[in-house]
Amino acid sequence: MTLRRLHVLVTGTSSDAHTWNLMYLQLALEEAGHDVTNLGPCVPDGLLTETCVRLRPDTLVISSVNGHGHTDAARAAAAVRYDPRHDAMPIIVGGLLGTAGDPNADHTPALEAAGVTAVLEKDDLPKLMRLLAEIRAAAPAAAATAAAATPAAAAGRELEGAR
Amino acid sequence: MTAPPGTGFAGAINNTRRDGLVVVQPRMGFAEPSAMRAGLVAVRDARATTVGTITLDSYTRVGDLHSARTAVRTRTRLNGYPLCTHPDDTTRSMLSEVYGPGFPIQVRHGSARPGHIIEAMARIGLDATEGGPVSYCLPYGRTPLRSAISEWSAACDRLAEMSTPERPAHLESFGGCMLGQMCPPSLLVAIAVLEGLFFAQHGVPSISLSYAQQTQPEQDLEALAALRRLIDELLPGLDVHVVLYTYMGVFPRTRAGSSNLLDESARIAVFGGAERLIVKTVMESVRIPDVADNVAAVERAEREVRCSQQMRAAGRPPWTPSESGLYEEARTMIDAVRSLDPDLGTALHIAFRRGLLDVPYCLHPDTQGRTRSRVAPDGRLEWAHVGSLPIDGPRPAGHAVGAQELTSMLNYVADRFDSTAAAVR
Ligand code: B12
Repeated sequence: MTLRRLHVLVTGTSSDAHTWNLMYLQLALEEAGHDVTNLGPCVPDGLLTETCVRLRPDTLVISSVNGHGHTDAARAAAAVRYDPRHDAMPIIVGGLLGTAGDPNADHTPALEAAGVTAVLEKDDLPKLMRLLAEIRAAAPAAAATAAAATPAAAAGRELEGAR
Repeated sequence: MTAPPGTGFAGAINNTRRDGLVVVQPRMGFAEPSAMRAGLVAVRDARATTVGTITLDSYTRVGDLHSARTAVRTRTRLNGYPLCTHPDDTTRSMLSEVYGPGFPIQVRHGSARPGHIIEAMARIGLDATEGGPVSYCLPYGRTPLRSAISEWSAACDRLAEMSTPERPAHLESFGGCMLGQMCPPSLLVAIAVLEGLFFAQHGVPSISLSYAQQTQPEQDLEALAALRRLIDELLPGLDVHVVLYTYMGVFPRTRAGSSNLLDESARIAVFGGAERLIVKTVMESVRIPDVADNVAAVERAEREVRCSQQMRAAGRPPWTPSESGLYEEARTMIDAVRSLDPDLGTALHIAFRRGLLDVPYCLHPDTQGRTRSRVAPDGRLEWAHVGSLPIDGPRPAGHAVGAQELTSMLNYVADRFDSTAAAVR
């Protein structure tokens, strides 16, 4: 049995303008065999939730490095979780979540309470890859056709809904 | 730092320029007024020729004042000072007896829609800021370029209106930095000059154009010479100075590596003839730097500036500027853009749509996104694909940059300084 490709939605947070993290994550995830939609920087909660409903990604990866991530990602995750259709979708958060140089794990309780599935440190890329591989292995094959129908953004610079 | 009364930021820089000094400035910002004040006092009193900085937080930048208010109320740490959230009187008392003729202060932000920030500055009496229709748009989010251009037109008009002959408002272009890394210097210079022309068109009386240290000092010196020549040719008779930024991309992880990179930027500032240097601290790759980190950085930069000035006086330049036709490339792009429309705002918008300006690896939807750059074996930052830019250069079919290649290019400078630092220890 061949595993179907995962559709991963990569997004920045509402106040975070950094894009190199997003570009890097997209390339790394694509090279690992996933389809990626990159929502870009400064994503308002409304655009994120609307995109989740429209594209029904298998996993949401939230990346933030500007130091507001612990608040912004919690708010964004809660907004996404508000819709029961996303109950089962893993939400993985990482980057540089605070401003004090302390571990992201310090923010895990608050982020988990808001609906985040896993909080990773900035060097935890291998762990992200492992988590996605597990999600992929567990994904129901029946969803394959639905997922194949959602076109992942081409060429790595499509900002969904940006215009 | 000393300046005659009533001259503001612009007057202060004119004085230091006359005295042959390089002004050193931090990138500092804290949410709490007491911390912000302590930082400004410490920078003023540092052993260096300094001006102050108030760096604003990201919520204020994107206009999400609700989140800024919530953070202030709940005492959540922010990545900068929420200028539009603290009551004006709080900011006035934060500044009292610090901000004044002897110690000008610049507000640095990163807002594509800066109206609320400029208004707060006007109310409080702050006269210097940073920005630009392109450079505060493309690197800073998803605001459409067209909106950023009209918002920055209005902001420039407002700065002109706020100005008096004794106290002209000052605006610095962020065009010499853009995404912080991987933008070939000719394009950085072109964007900075075009933004300078845009500011001048709107009557901003005092201007600075930036350039950020890149991957190779010889190339940086060529870029600074090109920038200076273009200022003389295209902005003659105006109050314009050059500001160098210490490296703005991925920073070294070691203290020694970070310090050596800072030192190199101070040498580039002196030998490239910059009037002002904005520094980074040893904490850059880790967290928001505190007051002590900032003071250490400005003082270290000052020492290296003085050393370099002695080297220059002794006729011992550490590098010879490269001669790669950087001026010609920048000039070609500037001329191509200016020929599109007499109004620079309109011209810039058309230029990005047609790809006559196109910043490598920029995700912003109002750009073509066809250009690519790379670090050459000798350390120069060069074009890998010139897209639709009006210049000669490679236009290969195919080749996409992979994750591994991107990381190694982004870490080129950090790795170079971390490895030599480790060798020294
Ligand atoms: C380049 C840069 C910029 C550029 C960004 C341009 C752009 N469009 O991207 C410019 C100059 C515009 C900029 C602006 C600002 N920046 Co900045 N920036 C940097 C810098 C120097 C490098 C970042 C970079 O390109 N890294 C390369 C990418 C590939 O790596 P990365 O971002 O670290 O991401 C990696 C990991 O974190 C991890 N990762 C990321 N997300 C995720 C998610 C998961 C799930 C996992 C597992 C891993 C993971 O994987 C990535 C690859 O290894 C860093 C400092 C540094 N690192 O040296 C500061 C830095 C990130 N910036 C910072 C700040 C605060 C800002 C500003 C708010 C200005 C300010 N107050 O100083 C503004 C942002 C405005 C806004 N609205 O957000 C701070 C954040 C502080 C903190 N968190 O404690 C830093 C750390 C600098 C500092 N010490 O102050 N910045």
